[in-house]
Amino acid sequence: METYQIETKNLNVYYQVHNVLNNIDIKIPAKQLTAIIGPSGCGKTTLLKSFNRLLEINEEVKISGQILVDGKNILDYKGHEIPDIRKKMGLISQKPYPLPMSIYENVAYGLRIHSKKNKEELEKKIEYCLKEVGLWEEVKNRLNDPATRLSVGQQQRLCLARAIAVEPEVLLCDEPTSALDPIASQQIEKLLLKLKKDYTVVLVTHTLRQAKRVADYVIFLYFGEVVEQGPAGEFFNNPQDPRTRAYIQGDIS
Amino acid sequence: MELLNKRIIEEKLFKVLMILSLCIVLGSLFIIFGIVIFNGASSISLEMITQTPKEGEVLGGGILNAIIGSIYLALPATGIAFLISMMIALYLQRDFTPSWFSNFIRFTLDVLWGIPSIIYGIFCLMIMIYLGVGSSLLAGIIALTLLEIPIITRSMDEAIKMVPIGLKEVSYSLGSTKFETAMKVLRRQAFPGILAGVLLGLGRGIGDAASILFTSGFSNRIPSSIFDSTAALPTMIFNLYSLPSGQPKAYAAAFILLIIVLTISVASRLLTRRFKKHVIK
Repeated sequence: METYQIETKNLNVYYQVHNVLNNIDIKIPAKQLTAIIGPSGCGKTTLLKSFNRLLEINEEVKISGQILVDGKNILDYKGHEIPDIRKKMGLISQKPYPLPMSIYENVAYGLRIHSKKNKEELEKKIEYCLKEVGLWEEVKNRLNDPATRLSVGQQQRLCLARAIAVEPEVLLCDEPTSALDPIASQQIEKLLLKLKKDYTVVLVTHTLRQAKRVADYVIFLYFGEVVEQGPAGEFFNNPQDPRTRAYIQGDIS
Repeated sequence: MELLNKRIIEEKLFKVLMILSLCIVLGSLFIIFGIVIFNGASSISLEMITQTPKEGEVLGGGILNAIIGSIYLALPATGIAFLISMMIALYLQRDFTPSWFSNFIRFTLDVLWGIPSIIYGIFCLMIMIYLGVGSSLLAGIIALTLLEIPIITRSMDEAIKMVPIGLKEVSYSLGSTKFETAMKVLRRQAFPGILAGVLLGLGRGIGDAASILFTSGFSNRIPSSIFDSTAALPTMIFNLYSLPSGQPKAYAAAFILLIIVLTISVASRLLTRRFKKHVIK
């Protein structure tokens, strides 16, 4: 029996009057890598950001329906409970956004907010997180440098380290490789495959090949609707919907 | 071909216009600097900056009381205005306030920015008369604070508004609250803009005569408490210039004011460099 980490029921999202997501019913399996695919502008990022209630930063947005995380509807959460739900879900954005601080402080930021660790524990944890993303050897001698001095690929891995530092259960990745060169992209993909053992990974991607390479479970969005979802093998080898077939064959994009 | 010629002429015309505008602005700046430095530096003496005016002797002694008075007035006023403005500017962001309301506050602040400083002076004077107190350093500080708040708030607000939304999202998704995001991320990222706003306010405050004319009054002595009246450089310049043969000294006072403003400006810009290195582009 598979367990599901995130489940949406009848989820609708409106920007002003524009219906961006229409009756979304999906299930995201725990400790697996789920890819959300679809052409650009079809609502992938919106869906991803609804999972940790990040859409609310934009005041024009209206959400209805249910988003169940571990069985609880997070849309019922009150304002002061929202940081908790966000802490459960790390976000890796399209363009890496290091915080305006040093490399060390970037990882320490979340740790300081959520726990009272002494200097030694903090350093240990930071070293662990940076090793986890394969960045430790590259930065261990310049932890106090501004994070902006790192290359874009390194910055993205720093963002991953920063996300896992607060011990989330889910990693929400919004096209994390789209700003990177092929080698850096490969590093990130490998990392995501490694991390899915401990975390539920949700990967938004517009490259079909990436989804084929890494996904265990696939959700296909098209113009704000879920066309098809299922385990990756079935999805790619035996798509049910004609639109899915067309997308996989590259007829629509 | 004819169309191309027209476009090239247009291009050149605009270039000339831009250079011309630049020349007018820079030209007037250099003329002001030139006059102040030429007239001021020649009549300045060590006595001017180390002594207070001599009692009973017109134009005797120095203007130390005004130099100290200006610093006592402008620095605390800018400090208080900074603290209040920082809070207002953060509150104006979308994270805390719906934009219809913050846009209304922004409009109000812009109106306040445009109000002549003499109005602030008279407003404070009215309150002082109501309370039955005379002119004092404290009243001057309050008038300057009120004058500086709209200026500092609006510049900070613009700087904080420019922080990329992606950076906010990252901070929120790590589970930080709005307050933590504002104080630790927005403030750091917008720091250069915030400092520029504070400098703008300080420059306005230290150079303003009208708002302190009635509120801090005038005195030949260095104030020993915040309830004493005090002279400041702008009011000193005004007083000296209206005296017969007081002009060289007035220029010297203007020269000192210029030096103080320049020093603060350059020093803080050097200081910003240390913080700027973390800013995300």
